[in-house]
Amino acid sequence: MTHLRIRTPEGVEFSLQLAGPVSRALALLADSAVVWCATSVLGSIVQALRWVAPDTAGTAMFVGMLVMPFAYGMAMEWFNRGQTLGKRVFGLRVVDAQGLKLRPSQVVLRNLLRAVDFLPFLYVVGGIATLVTRRAQRLGDVAAGTVVVRIPRPARPDLDQLIGSRFNSLRAYPHLAARLRQRVPAAEAAIALQALVRREEIEAGPRVELFRELADHFRGRVEFPAEVVDGLADEQYVRDVVDLLYRPRGDTTRPTP
Amino acid sequence: MILDLDRFLREGRPHWTELEEILGRLESGGVLDLAGARRLHWLYERASADLIRLGTFASEPETRRYLEALVARAYSEIHDTAARTKRFRPLHWCRRTFPRAFRRHAAAFWLSLAITVAGALFGGVATVVDPDSRHVTMPWGHDQLRPSERVRQEERSPRGAGKAGDGHGTFSGFLISNNTRVSILTMSLGMTYGIGTIVMLFYNGIGVGAIAADYLLDGQGRFLAGWILPHGTVEIPAILIAGQAGLVLGHALLGRGNNLPLSGRLRRIAPDVVTLIAGVALLLVYAGIVESFLSQYHEPVLPYAVKIAFGVAELCALSAYLALSGRSRGPVDDDDGGDDPDQPFRQRP
Repeated sequence: MTHLRIRTPEGVEFSLQLAGPVSRALALLADSAVVWCATSVLGSIVQALRWVAPDTAGTAMFVGMLVMPFAYGMAMEWFNRGQTLGKRVFGLRVVDAQGLKLRPSQVVLRNLLRAVDFLPFLYVVGGIATLVTRRAQRLGDVAAGTVVVRIPRPARPDLDQLIGSRFNSLRAYPHLAARLRQRVPAAEAAIALQALVRREEIEAGPRVELFRELADHFRGRVEFPAEVVDGLADEQYVRDVVDLLYRPRGDTTRPTP
Repeated sequence: MILDLDRFLREGRPHWTELEEILGRLESGGVLDLAGARRLHWLYERASADLIRLGTFASEPETRRYLEALVARAYSEIHDTAARTKRFRPLHWCRRTFPRAFRRHAAAFWLSLAITVAGALFGGVATVVDPDSRHVTMPWGHDQLRPSERVRQEERSPRGAGKAGDGHGTFSGFLISNNTRVSILTMSLGMTYGIGTIVMLFYNGIGVGAIAADYLLDGQGRFLAGWILPHGTVEIPAILIAGQAGLVLGHALLGRGNNLPLSGRLRRIAPDVVTLIAGVALLLVYAGIVESFLSQYHEPVLPYAVKIAFGVAELCALSAYLALSGRSRGPVDDDDGGDDPDQPFRQRP
């Protein structure tokens, strides 16, 4: 399972993308580096303190070495809404498995149980647990009822920016445009839209091929007159088709709020 | 049918932006007045309706992801539990929350004690039957020295064993950190359905039993009591409570006699497990200080009778605290769970 689906009492269903073991391991590595740095700083302070109060310095060292790793995780996750520095860097967050806010007991428990997840060395138990559990949870997460999710950073969609507001010659044939809307199912429309959204991520060769196939497919759905489609590049044809499907009234002049 | 996405976005965007702004303020620690809370609720319902509408009419992943993220954030804010807003009160926690959590799971404590006693009996019998087993059963280098030899050394030293190294504070810090680490592991191993916790408790018991038998066989029972009791009467119960927390976890995983799903069972006991382990940490801090600053002093500096009396008094005080504290018939707080004050040793069904 890659997503955690949550159904609210209002009947709304939303999903959270679960973090994979690799991104979690990288975040853990970053956090370990932070804790190591903090411990080194503590060590330097203790060394300095040893000249003045050697006994107190010794106490501080032992207690600090124990408390630091646990306190770091607990404090960061509690005060930073489920994010340690490592998780922030890699776009992860600890959340309640039911989509609610984290409670203090959850934060404390999941961090204390690192003791068992770490066994026998380097989080072997925790790593295996994230691979075999349904919600990619280590044992600490299972006990605390938490999951680690990827933070979605979706931009607010903007069709004007995506499709543009240039003249769409296909609109000159409203009856064919209506037929196209009738014949193209939602899934096909979404594929065409996604091809435009992700155009920059696709290399030139495969991109030309993709838009050729899409254009051929939509040409097969409804045949527009030759004087309109001749000379229209495949990608522009797909752009015009998406414009017809998603903006049936063709109003592109109103300003975006 | 394809949704008029352009119109959908144009109509929805101002509300989504407003919802984002309110959520941003709340997530930065802001507070809403009644009108603001109503507005938040309305905007949440509106975004939820948009999400449903989008799911019904068009499979448009980008907008859907955006709305899902927005609704998820709003959902966690709106369905936040009141318990979170309660302020932590340390005195209340010590007086009521910890002892009540202990009593709610008293059966697990008795089991933890029984396993440790079984381990101690095993260790004791092993030492009596096979004295060479001391090299396997005794921790902390106790196998290297006969008890009578150690007592001679301790009593010759004006300040006891001199184990403190850099001083009593350092030794105390070492004891606190080591015992806390062991306790956390004992509790955490509850996630192995309690088996790891049982092994840890039994193993600890073996060490205690072996050392006790060794001293008794060598005629050093008085020294042993004077050495162990001042800190052991707190330290050993603390580790037993860590075992109790581990067994509570293991019991929740097994789910015997409980119809709740696993997540529900764990959610129910998690606050108590955290309370128990926090109590263990406090007890171990106290025990570490006593062990370093008191237990290491022996006769002629400190008479054994005084140390034994001190240890017995501590045990009585701790027992009374765990059994009686917070048993008033006053209103029950959410974080207390609400045990029956008349039946303190009955586990919550």
